[in-house]
Amino acid sequence: MNIETQDFYTQAILSMSALVGLMSFLMLGQGRLPRLIFVFAMQGILLTLTAILAANELHSPHLYISAFLTFALKVVFIPSMLQKQVFAMNVHRDVEALKNNTAVMLSGASLMIFSYYVLQPIIHTSSMIMLNALVVSLSVVLLGLLLMISHRQAVAHVVGFMSIENGLFFAAMVATDGMPMVVELGVAFDVLVAAVLFGIFFFHIRTSIDSLDVDMMNKLHEVER
Amino acid sequence: MIAVYLLLFLSVAGIAFFALTGHHKDIGKLNTYINAVSLAMTIWLATTVFQHGTILSESKAFLIDSFNVYLIVLTAFVGFTTSLFSAPYMAHEIELGKLTEGRLKLYYSMYQGFMLAMYLVLTTNNMGIMWVAMEGATLATVLLVSLYRTPESIEAAWKYFILCGVGIAQALFGTILLYYAAEKLGNPENALLWSVLHEEAAQLNPDILEISFVFLLIGYGTKIGLVPLHNWLPDAHSEGPTPMSAVLSGLLLNDALYAVVRNKMLVDGATQSHIAGYLMMGFGLVSFLVAALFLHRQKDIKRLFSYSSIEHMGLMTFAFGIGGSLATFAALLHMTVHSLVKSAIFVTVGHAAQITGTQKMAQIRGLIRTQPKVGWGLLIGTVAIAGFPPFGVFTSEFLLLLATMREYPWLTPFLLLGIGIAFAGLFRHIQPMVYGEKPEGQLPIKANLIPVMVHLGLALWLGLAIPHFLSDWFSQATLLISGSAL
Repeated sequence: MNIETQDFYTQAILSMSALVGLMSFLMLGQGRLPRLIFVFAMQGILLTLTAILAANELHSPHLYISAFLTFALKVVFIPSMLQKQVFAMNVHRDVEALKNNTAVMLSGASLMIFSYYVLQPIIHTSSMIMLNALVVSLSVVLLGLLLMISHRQAVAHVVGFMSIENGLFFAAMVATDGMPMVVELGVAFDVLVAAVLFGIFFFHIRTSIDSLDVDMMNKLHEVER
Repeated sequence: MIAVYLLLFLSVAGIAFFALTGHHKDIGKLNTYINAVSLAMTIWLATTVFQHGTILSESKAFLIDSFNVYLIVLTAFVGFTTSLFSAPYMAHEIELGKLTEGRLKLYYSMYQGFMLAMYLVLTTNNMGIMWVAMEGATLATVLLVSLYRTPESIEAAWKYFILCGVGIAQALFGTILLYYAAEKLGNPENALLWSVLHEEAAQLNPDILEISFVFLLIGYGTKIGLVPLHNWLPDAHSEGPTPMSAVLSGLLLNDALYAVVRNKMLVDGATQSHIAGYLMMGFGLVSFLVAALFLHRQKDIKRLFSYSSIEHMGLMTFAFGIGGSLATFAALLHMTVHSLVKSAIFVTVGHAAQITGTQKMAQIRGLIRTQPKVGWGLLIGTVAIAGFPPFGVFTSEFLLLLATMREYPWLTPFLLLGIGIAFAGLFRHIQPMVYGEKPEGQLPIKANLIPVMVHLGLALWLGLAIPHFLSDWFSQATLLISGSAL
């Protein structure tokens, strides 16, 4: 099937999926926190644009509300909060040496292929947009997990966590035309509360271990010593 | 139906009241009163359901049937008895200088927040709202785990937050896939309502639902504490205040399992196969065996009993996975008795830790000689949780063994082995704590052991004779879940 023969909406959504996926890869290889947060905000902007596109095309005005919520939370509130923390901790100049960067990137690529494999059975039930959108969102979720595994800074973990939310939101929006409004508001509320709690946590972690490096949190073990 | 709205409203009012008003001398009592009224509401709700059958609210937002109504009552009951325990316990922690008044306010406000999330998970008919409430329960309890602000408690809370947050995100992906499958039937507004989905389950695309169940099981399974997703559970239980451990073990784990079973009912309807059941059996059995082994290697008393919780949740997941009427009945009974006994144990453990000033088992000695009630409470609780007759845990485990022998005889040895290992793991630690020599200068404390006695008494009653209305309820729920009568 040829992409040029598709209508404008399909083409736009497909490009958006590709870009959202790309942002996840960019985050994966990013050792500097301010840039990591910037890429995360870019992913938020892409999601906002996708929501507006979908709202316009599918004539579902409630997606405009989702777009607004995404913009407010994922582009403005969370990145600015994280940026403030990074500057307060004075780690904005640090470059985290990522171990095995090549291996991480390669496993990221394999995760994306794996997502296609997992969602293979859905192919004959859906159009091309839906399949690709679902696959990209699943791989954004998995890449978010990989980001958390490969980075040691607590801020990077929060970015990973929130980009997982991004992936889920993308799936809900493109593949299913948005979840019912109550659910979407509920999810947005949870994300907001989670972001506030993360802010509180940074403060506690800093005061207790004087660093935001999660490797320093190593007191509790499965089998006690 | 009014009872549901009042129940939810009461918790919301509780959150707002504790958070916004100043410190009260009787803040603990106030919390108990709120929970007492909630309990009354749920009993009212239960009698309505008992007389009129399943209730679906007009907007279809809430669904109360025989499966969730008894869990709602159980939630309110454990919430109430734990609040009875928590009032003097937290007052004592303040006296010891471990907490400030501001944090006490946070504690009570979030206690109600947690109860609200639990009630919402159980009563809602919307699978999306169920997810939101489940995540809400994490958010409400995460600050309680780090209430003492020690480095360990902050580490535990961070782990809890990240693991459960990421885990439950998988459940949201599963829910989205479910919605994606259901939307194809038309009527997207109702496509997440459980009552609608359950009726039309046979028309849902089985391939999509199979994939979605994997994500749902991993997601909610993180909250159940299934191995290998259980890492947060012992940490969160051991580092938070003890009343929190009691409600986490007694309520949160049950409700997460409830969410999985609700989804399993849909998937079974769509796939007409046993795939969901096999997944649950596998995860359940592994959790059960691994946790039983880990019991032997613990040094902290609260961690010991959190592994015991993982073990029992594994057993229930396994039982729901087998899925016949007998196994389902056993699982429902086990959910009830495990909540009752485990929260009673955590209450006694809290007292024991306050008497000795430590949670390290090596330093807890001579409880019976210091304060016989606490010592006996711990001993009888452990006997009950290890599955001795005549307590209810024995009954449910026995029924489960019967069901396993009937359906999958070759799995029975694993169950027996696990039960044996768990028994040894518990008693090698408990016996010296209860009977050992009393250290110098160890004094009894002011303890409220009524909740413990009531819980253990009920577990005993359920072991000896299940009252008629309750067995009736379990049978109805069994019919609903497994599709066949006992």
